[in-house]
Amino acid sequence: MSQLPMAGAPANVNLVGLAKHDYRGNPTTLCQGCGHNSISNQIISALYELSVLPEDVLKFSGIGCSSKSPTYFMNRSFGFNSLHGRMPSIATGGLFGDHTLKGVAVSGDGDTASIGMGQFKHIMRRNVNMVYIIENNGVYGLTKGQFSATAERGLQLKKQGTNPYMPIDLCMEAVISNATFIARSFAGNPKQVKELIKAAYSHEGIAILDIISPCVTFNNNEDSHYSYPWGKEHEAPLHDITYVPPRNEIMLEEEMKAGEIREVAMHDGSIVVLKNLEKHHDPTDRFEALRILEEAQRNNWLITGLIYISPDRPTLADIYQLVDTPLNRLTEVDLRPAPDIIDKVNALMF
Amino acid sequence: MDKVVNDFSIIVGTKNGSGSSTANTTILRAIFKMGIPVSGKNLFPSNIQGLPTWYTIRASKDGFLARREEQEIVVAINPDSFTRDLASVAPGGAFYYADDIKQPITRADIAMYPMPIKQIVRGDPSIPNDFRDLVGNMVYVGTLAQMIGIDLETIHAALSFHFKGKQKPVDMNFNMVKAGAEWAKANLEKKDPFYLEHMDKTDGLIMADGNTAAAIGSIFGGAQFVSWYPITPASSLAEAMNDYFPMLRKREDGKYTYAVMQAEDELAAIGMAVGAGWSGLRAMTSTSGPGLSLMTEFAGLAYYAEVPLVVWDIQRIGPSTGLPTRTSQADLTFANAIGHGDSETIIILPGNINECFDFGWQAFDLAERLQTPVFVLSDLDMGMNQWMSRPFEYPDKPMDRGKVLWEKDLEELKGNWGRYVDKDGDGIPYRTIPGNKHPLSSYFTRGTGHDEQARYTEDNVVFQRNMERLKKKFVTAKEYLPKSVTHMTEGAKIGVIGYGSTEAAINEARVQLEKEHGIKTSFMRVRATPFTHDVDDFVHAHEVIYVVEMNRDGQLHKLLTLAYPEAAMNLKSVAFGDGMPASAKWVREGILAKANGAHPVPTSAIARNEPSNGSKGAN
Repeated sequence: MSQLPMAGAPANVNLVGLAKHDYRGNPTTLCQGCGHNSISNQIISALYELSVLPEDVLKFSGIGCSSKSPTYFMNRSFGFNSLHGRMPSIATGGLFGDHTLKGVAVSGDGDTASIGMGQFKHIMRRNVNMVYIIENNGVYGLTKGQFSATAERGLQLKKQGTNPYMPIDLCMEAVISNATFIARSFAGNPKQVKELIKAAYSHEGIAILDIISPCVTFNNNEDSHYSYPWGKEHEAPLHDITYVPPRNEIMLEEEMKAGEIREVAMHDGSIVVLKNLEKHHDPTDRFEALRILEEAQRNNWLITGLIYISPDRPTLADIYQLVDTPLNRLTEVDLRPAPDIIDKVNALMF
Repeated sequence: MDKVVNDFSIIVGTKNGSGSSTANTTILRAIFKMGIPVSGKNLFPSNIQGLPTWYTIRASKDGFLARREEQEIVVAINPDSFTRDLASVAPGGAFYYADDIKQPITRADIAMYPMPIKQIVRGDPSIPNDFRDLVGNMVYVGTLAQMIGIDLETIHAALSFHFKGKQKPVDMNFNMVKAGAEWAKANLEKKDPFYLEHMDKTDGLIMADGNTAAAIGSIFGGAQFVSWYPITPASSLAEAMNDYFPMLRKREDGKYTYAVMQAEDELAAIGMAVGAGWSGLRAMTSTSGPGLSLMTEFAGLAYYAEVPLVVWDIQRIGPSTGLPTRTSQADLTFANAIGHGDSETIIILPGNINECFDFGWQAFDLAERLQTPVFVLSDLDMGMNQWMSRPFEYPDKPMDRGKVLWEKDLEELKGNWGRYVDKDGDGIPYRTIPGNKHPLSSYFTRGTGHDEQARYTEDNVVFQRNMERLKKKFVTAKEYLPKSVTHMTEGAKIGVIGYGSTEAAINEARVQLEKEHGIKTSFMRVRATPFTHDVDDFVHAHEVIYVVEMNRDGQLHKLLTLAYPEAAMNLKSVAFGDGMPASAKWVREGILAKANGAHPVPTSAIARNEPSNGSKGAN
């Protein structure tokens, strides 16, 4: 999707007057062909096209290959590469500093489904206003090829042998934990990844994006569920997805036919347009979300697209009814009770 | 028989969860209201209901308020601890007990006062059945009031305070106090010498617990983000913040300038606080030993990434789950070296209720000035028990937000700044805060190796340079940390060093040592690590220094020995940890034993062990 520039603005800048390079990060140090790099590029494109001010984004990550990637996009955004499996708590606290900011977090299957499972579940329950991307490849890369908790049973890895355990399905976990936006995609489908990132960014609340992102070095055997060949063969998109930002009515000219189209209105006035493929899926139906995930498991499908959305649930910041001024801009006048209050406090003691 | 006035101890043995804490704090507060210096300590089990629990009250006209190991008056309401309670009465003391406990009376050297508690309660038909046991505790309050001379008016004041002025419970309880007093007047003959009489020594003072003081002090420090996970004995700190925030930080628009978050565990509790501190909030968490263990990895990250936050550790005795409801000073070396790799910690050590309040606000100034976690080590005795205290004092300094660059600062610098550049030569760098809209404001925070611009690097020279700067920062820190509290004695060659809640016991022991043994001592209460310069002076000014603390291994002694190796032979450890608050007796005996070259193991008069019934402790 290309964005029409505002009249009079240079052609290579977006609505906030920034060029795409303003959204870039440092050169990647991940492997050539790593799915994670493709996702970083789609984050750059998505936020550029959404005309997001980089200073309005807080980047978060844990530890692992995936968690290195916030270095590779959005250099003008503050970032926190935290601890293994603990990114959600850093993000939860960090976003209290200024409730007008939005989190963009990148984690991996080890960081989220193994060591970080507890914090993953709780950040969803709290509906923190953040895009939570899991770059899921079923394997530990940085420590050179161990199984992660999302690896399918029977997967064979060079040094580890055969995985005897059932995998964790992160989207299913997300539905169960009451996440308010849940999508799955495949790094080999960059257009869908980008559209989902845009929709996720517009969602107010936690947006879980489970992106199958093959590890070209340690887990790209043809029969692995986290490989490019397998993903391309088994991907079953629920729908084509187009994200329509609120201020860009002109995008509605896309040729959508009645009966095949479902529009999901986002809280900020933007719209996610879903064009059905073979299946009709209503992403606002939680029961249906669980059903299609179960169905996909039984049929060995990699279903991709927007699985579930609940646009109106209050975010964590809403629940806390914070003052309009960002908390981190408050000063002593706002924060320290007046001198006469100390007498009242002492009077309350025995 | 000579009267003993305002100088004795009372212990009440009841069952946990029986409502006796209302009765016991009522006695405590009433004595305080009579102007008599008093302290109260709850020795409670890790249990919701049923196990034995004790409450000690000490009245001291001379103002010695540490726990005593002897008690002249014992009140026994719990059949399970009756035998031990009877044995624990000092010779010549008094024993009050519920007369429905049918157990052998084995003492002839003390005054016996059976109380028909059940009968008196049944005598008041206005009391609903459900309340009989709770209100029944007021019978012993009334009996004691009559027999030792607690003013009924002060009891009424204490009850009104406890029930926040609600007439019905105040009346129901006070009627039972009166019934107990009237029965005692008519039926008991005073056979012991212990009396209370009005004094004026508590005028202008308040009573509070350390956790409440810490919570209110933190709010006066501008606390904005509190994340915590329930744990005894720290929970009441975060809960007090929930209680006092709405009143102290009320706004006309009804919106909030703070957030209190109960996290899913201590990992998340400190993680959220680190996130909030990073994004410019005055952030804190509160916990106790087991929680502190879980917080270790984030403490290391915050040290290395230089994120300000405050961690209150209300110490209980470990290791592991240990005794969850017993006090200790055994987290000191752990907190001091928390985290792997080379790391250092700012620790501040409040020694009384006023300091819990003061360190509440000062901890934020230190954390933001030094850009590092500040650990405040309190303990269960100070945190959960009611102590006499001077009123809280309004902060005497404006907030110190440290070295922060906002948009206009960056404009002036033309964006020329680096997150970890030691621009001022004091080891403390400048930081920006998320939400800053200057295009050059951002930086990437990480626990991995980083250069002055916060960029990832594995360069050995850069890594080492950064570690040396961090070390310098902790030298600078000494200028900002609270100095020690010192009581110097003319001509004393012996020094005593302690910290935290033991000051009352140490000062009483020092008086006894001088009076009874002719040993003159000076005293220093250390209030921070790294040690401030006054500690250097004190250590070097004395020939022998006894380091007194409530743990097994002499943890402060170890740290002092490391800091002052040249004085190591002069530093003698007097350490003891059994979960009980320090008493003057063990301090005195410990110092004397050490002076004689023996290993100091002071003995408690009566071991108050719980019956081993396999019950699972609260965590």
